[in-house]
Order: sequence, then C-alpha cells, then structure tokens
Amino acid sequence: MITLADMLTVSGILFALAVAGIFLNRKNVILLLMCVELLLLAANFNFIAFSRMLGDLTGQVFVFFVLTVAAAESAIGLAILVVLFRERRSINVEDLNTLKG
Amino acid sequence: MNPHLLIAIPLAPLIAAVIAGLAGHRIGRAASHTITIAGVAIACGLSLYVLKQMYWDGVGTFNGPVYTWLVSDGVRIQVGFLIDRLSVLMMSVVTFVSLCVHVYTIGYMSDDPGYTRFFSYISLFTFAMLMLVMSNNFMQLFFGWEAVGMVSYLLIGFWYTRPSAIFANFKAFIVNRVGDFGFIIGIAALFSYTHSLSYTTAFAAAPHLAQQTLPVFGGVNALTLICVALFIGAMGKSAQVPLHVWLPDSMEGPTPISALIHAATMVTAGIFMVARMSPLFEHSSAALSFVLVIGATTAFFMGILGVVNNDIKRVIAYSTLSQLGYMTAALGASAYSAAIFHLMTHAFFKALLFLAAGSVIIGMHHEQDMRKMGGLGKYMPITAITCWVGGLALVATPFFSGFYSKDAIIEAVGMSQRWGSTYAYWCVLLGAYITSLYTFRLLFMTFHGEERFRKVHAEHGHDGHGEHGGHGVHEPHESPWVVTGPLIALAIPALLIGYFTVGKILYGNYFGSAIVVLPAHNVLGRMAAHYHGPLALALHAFVTAPFWLAVAGLFTAWLFVLKRPDLADAAAVKFAWLKRILDQKFYFDWFNEQVIARVSRGIGIGLWKAGDQGLIDGAVVNGTAASVGWLGGVVRRVQSGYLYSYAFWIVIGLAALLGWFLVHA
Repeated sequence: MITLADMLTVSGILFALAVAGIFLNRKNVILLLMCVELLLLAANFNFIAFSRMLGDLTGQVFVFFVLTVAAAESAIGLAILVVLFRERRSINVEDLNTLKG
Repeated sequence: MNPHLLIAIPLAPLIAAVIAGLAGHRIGRAASHTITIAGVAIACGLSLYVLKQMYWDGVGTFNGPVYTWLVSDGVRIQVGFLIDRLSVLMMSVVTFVSLCVHVYTIGYMSDDPGYTRFFSYISLFTFAMLMLVMSNNFMQLFFGWEAVGMVSYLLIGFWYTRPSAIFANFKAFIVNRVGDFGFIIGIAALFSYTHSLSYTTAFAAAPHLAQQTLPVFGGVNALTLICVALFIGAMGKSAQVPLHVWLPDSMEGPTPISALIHAATMVTAGIFMVARMSPLFEHSSAALSFVLVIGATTAFFMGILGVVNNDIKRVIAYSTLSQLGYMTAALGASAYSAAIFHLMTHAFFKALLFLAAGSVIIGMHHEQDMRKMGGLGKYMPITAITCWVGGLALVATPFFSGFYSKDAIIEAVGMSQRWGSTYAYWCVLLGAYITSLYTFRLLFMTFHGEERFRKVHAEHGHDGHGEHGGHGVHEPHESPWVVTGPLIALAIPALLIGYFTVGKILYGNYFGSAIVVLPAHNVLGRMAAHYHGPLALALHAFVTAPFWLAVAGLFTAWLFVLKRPDLADAAAVKFAWLKRILDQKFYFDWFNEQVIARVSRGIGIGLWKAGDQGLIDGAVVNGTAASVGWLGGVVRRVQSGYLYSYAFWIVIGLAALLGWFLVHA
C-alpha cells in the first residue's frame, strides 16, 4: 500500500533534486528550464497525493491547469532561449550575468 | 500741529537724495546741488517754523503715529513722530548745520568726480538723522540709528580707491556693530518687559522695571541692564572709550562730512538718545554712574591725544571725542539739559572748526599736516578769524557759546553726588586745560608763526617731483564765498547762541516734560539757585578754576609752539615713553588688532576648520555620501547576476521564513 508519506517523500526528493539542479548547474540554460519543470511536477505530485487522500478531484483538476501553464511557460522559455542564443552565441549560464550590480 | 508738515521735514531731503542719487548724472552737477540744498532748506525752514510754533506760540507736544508699517501678533511697528522741545531743538540744529555743509560742499568738492553722489549721501544722511530724532518709538529710532551709520560708512569710504579710506570705513562699521549689538539687546529687553515699542509705554514702565531683577549674571536689576545696554549703543555711535577708535580714522572722509556727521550731528545721536531716555536712566543710578565714568574718561584721555597729533583734522577729531565725553559726563550727572545744550553749541563751533580746517586744506592744496602750515592768518583772514571764533568757543572763553555749556557741565559734574563723580570731576576739570592746550596749539601752528609751507615747497621744487614742483612757492589763498559763507553763518551762533539761550535751556525749564530728572538728582536745579543772567555768569568765570586752566593751556601752547619750538622737541626726547604711549593712542588699536581681532580670527579659523570643514562638510555632508557608497559597495556583492545564486537566495529566504513560521506558530 502506498501511503501519503511515501508520496510526499517522492515529491520532496523531486523538489530537492530540482533545486539542486538549479544551484549546481553552471553550464546549460536548458537544464535550468528542465529543473523548473521538475519543481512544478513536484508540486503537482503533492496536489495528486492530497487529492487522493481527501478523495477530492479538485486537486487533480488543478494539476491539469498547472501542466497547461507549465507547457506554455516552457514554450516561452525556449523561445527566449533561442533568441538569447542568437544574440550571444552561447547558452552557458556562466556567461549570463548582465544583471550583476 | 499738522502731521503733514512734520512728514515733509524728513521727506524733503529724502526725495532730494533719491533724485540726486539716481538721476545725478542726467541732471548734472548744478541741478544736483540745487535740488539737495532746496530739500534741506525746506527741512530747515520747517524745523525752525515748528520751533517757533512750540516755543513762542505755545503749541503743545505732538506724539502720534503717521503710518503703520506692519502689525504682527499685536505688535504695531509704526512710523511715528514725537515732536517736543527736545526733538525740535535737535531738528533745527541738524538741518541748519546740514544746510551750511551743503553750501560749503559746492566749494570743497568742486573738482571731485563724485560730486552728485556726495550730495545725494549728505541729503540721505539728513533724512536719516531727522527720522532718528523725530521718532516716537524704538523701531524707528533703530532705523534712523542704522541709517545714519550706513551713510557714515558710505561717506568715510567716499574716496573708495584709497586703501586707508576703505580700512577706516570697515573699522567704523565693525566698531559700530559692537555698539549696536548692545543697543538692540537693550531694545529687546525693554520690549520683553513692556510688549510695546513706544516710548510712552517704556517710560511709564520705568519705575516698575527698576524693581525687577533679571536672572542673568547672578541677578541684575532689569532697568540697569536695559540702560547699560542702550548706553553701549550710544558708546558706539558717540565714540566713547573703548568704542571710540573709529572716529579719528573716519577723518579719511571728505571734510564736509567730518563736520556734519563726525562732529556736529551723527555722533551726538548717542547723547540725544540718552537724553531722550532720561525717564529710564533716572531710575538707575548704577547705569548713570557707568555713563558718568565712561564720559569723563573719554573727555580727559582723548583730549590728551589731540595734543600730540599733527594732522589738522585729527586734532579736531580728538577734540570731538573729548567734547562728546563732556556731554556724556553731563548725562551721567543727570544734567541732561546741559548735555543737550553743549551738543547744540558744540554742533555750531565744531562744524565751524571742521569747515575752517577744510578751508585751510583747500588753501594749502590738500595738505593736512600742521607742521607744513604756519602764518596762514595773513593769507586767509576770514578762515583765520572764524576759526579763532570756533577755537575760543571750544576752550570755553567767557561770553562764547562753548563757555556756557561747558562750564555748566563741569559745575554739574562737580555737584553730582553719584558714585564716581569725584573722579569724573577731576577729569573734566583737567580736560579744560587739555582742551585749551590742543586748541591753541592748532591755531598757533596753522595761522601764526613761521611760514613753513615755503620750506616744504622749496624742497619739492628741488626734488622736481612735487605736485607744483619747479615753479616756486604756491601761496595759500582765501577760499571762495561758498566756503567762507557757511563759516560766517556758523561763526555767529558759535559766538552768540550760548549767551542768548543759556538762561532758557539750562535754568528756564525749556525742555519741560521732555526730560525727566528726579528731584534728588537735580544738580541743574541747584545751580539755577545762584544763576543771575549770562553776563554775571561770564564775569564770575574769571575767578573759577576752569578759566585759569584754559589760560594756562593758552600759555603752554604759546610757549611750545611760538616762543620756543625747540622745547617741544626736547620734551619729546625726554618723555619718550610717554610720547610712545600717546603716539600709540593708549594702545587701543594695538589691543583691538593684536588681541581681539587675533582671537576672533583664531576662533573663526577654528570653527571653519573643525566645525565647518570637519563636522558639517566632513562628517555630515560627505559622511552621508561616503556611508551610502560604502553600504552600496557591500550590498552589491549580493547582485552576482547569476540566476542560480538568486534562486539560492530565494530558497534560503523561503526556508528562513518557513522556519520562523514553524517555530513561532
């Protein structure tokens, strides 16, 4: 039997992996985008877990919304990425520090 | 009395001054002097008319506002006139002397490029002085006080290309600021007690103020403090020790203003003010003692300096200081009428002496050193005779105007029971000898004896660089009628006015309620008991000490100047230490420059370096900028520009907030 705690643990691990990916990745912006997706998935996983526990489908409906928004966001992110690559000929995270104060 | 008539008196010179000052170049020299002389003549005529109305027709005192300038928090600042017998006398004297000086200026300044400017200034001065004496409140008094000071400043530095003139007018300005500081403190203290600027209220409050104690300096009498503060203002304006240092230097200005401002009228503003404030001063014996001692000190010690000076104008300037000291001493002895009487006679004979000195200076082609004069009586008879009249009045020769006023002062000081009166009496008595000594020395050195100018001009001829070098001696010549006319016009009152007015002004209660003297202090009242007319007074003088002291002065001057000039040089060598003290003018200037100025500069530099540059510029202004910059430098390191570090901080922040929430909820 899969308990709520198991599911939340998986979700937490996913979230931690995603955060670690954002921190540790110094090379590739695509990887960053993937990590952000992973963060959202971790959150979705929580929605599903609680939905199942409470027997309420609303949470799972929300997951669809989130997935839709995440897909749109990814599309925009990738578009920005393409423009960025055209502009700078690099998608290396180390080079992207023009916000520096 | 018609207020419009009174308004016209100060306004006529003001309008003339404005026209001559602003449009002088356009309307030309003749129009400028005509219009200013007309303005002052109107003021003089109207003043004499008011005097006639008040004295012969028995018109009462006018006291009222003519214009309200502003009202703030219940305080009304007004232009108002108090026309009583005191102010009308002052108005008449001021405008008459001013008129003489205006006419005289046509001759004296004839070849000066600042001709119209000069006329504008002296008319403006007349306006300011009239505002001062006609005032019925302290604000207008202060306005007139400052305005005459400003015109005095402008006129001392009239020849603004001369460094010595600029130095002198700065000095006059700064020294007068010291006095004015005291003056305004006095007015402010009075205002804080009475909540009114009007004389009437202040005078009514005087007996009450005399009972009050002010919690400064361990508790002083309020009225004494007010009176002493007001008198410090008078010390600045009337050049009393130790604020006298500006007056001798003010001789850098043209001679007509030395006569008008620095002898006859402006410097007597302090005397007038104290006499006007007699209802206040009468209730404070301590303040009057202070006045008495300061005045007597000035009278004696400043006279001594006149003996060693060789500049004809400076000798008369020291004489002015000494005579102002006499007036102040009279005020201190509660003989206010005597002070005003001496003010009046002094205005005539001192203006006369100055104008005569100016005439000599013109005759000598702008030479002021008496050592280069001598024997001028032959060449300038009118100047010499009028100057002798002025000189004899100054030394209090019986029947001359100065005699009646000065003898009254000496006697009044002698009769006074006030603290310090014994010292003051000896000062003013010995002052009679000193007065006589420097006056006759001046007269002898200038108009009699060897014609020293021949020698000087001969030397110039040899050197070949003299102004008139190469073509022999320029003999002095008598001045034109515009110069000698005012001399004669002033010589008549200098000779006669004392004889005809002494009975009224000193002993006849001329001033009525304008001057208040408590019965216990009334020395003039006691003197009136044995007054039997001006003739008897003059004849009685031949058995009194001041007369014989004056004769001794005459003899001394004759001996040292005419008979044995070598004796003076021998004495100068023998008493070198005394001569050094006198040449240094009792070290007042030295003290001011070496101690006061140096300490002030030190404090100023200290405040500038430590306070301004260090604290304000350094710590506050630049310090703020520097600390903001430093903080920015530290905080900017957070802004790495890397996305992952921002994400890291977001997570750290989230974790911290959640942690805080968990702990506290």
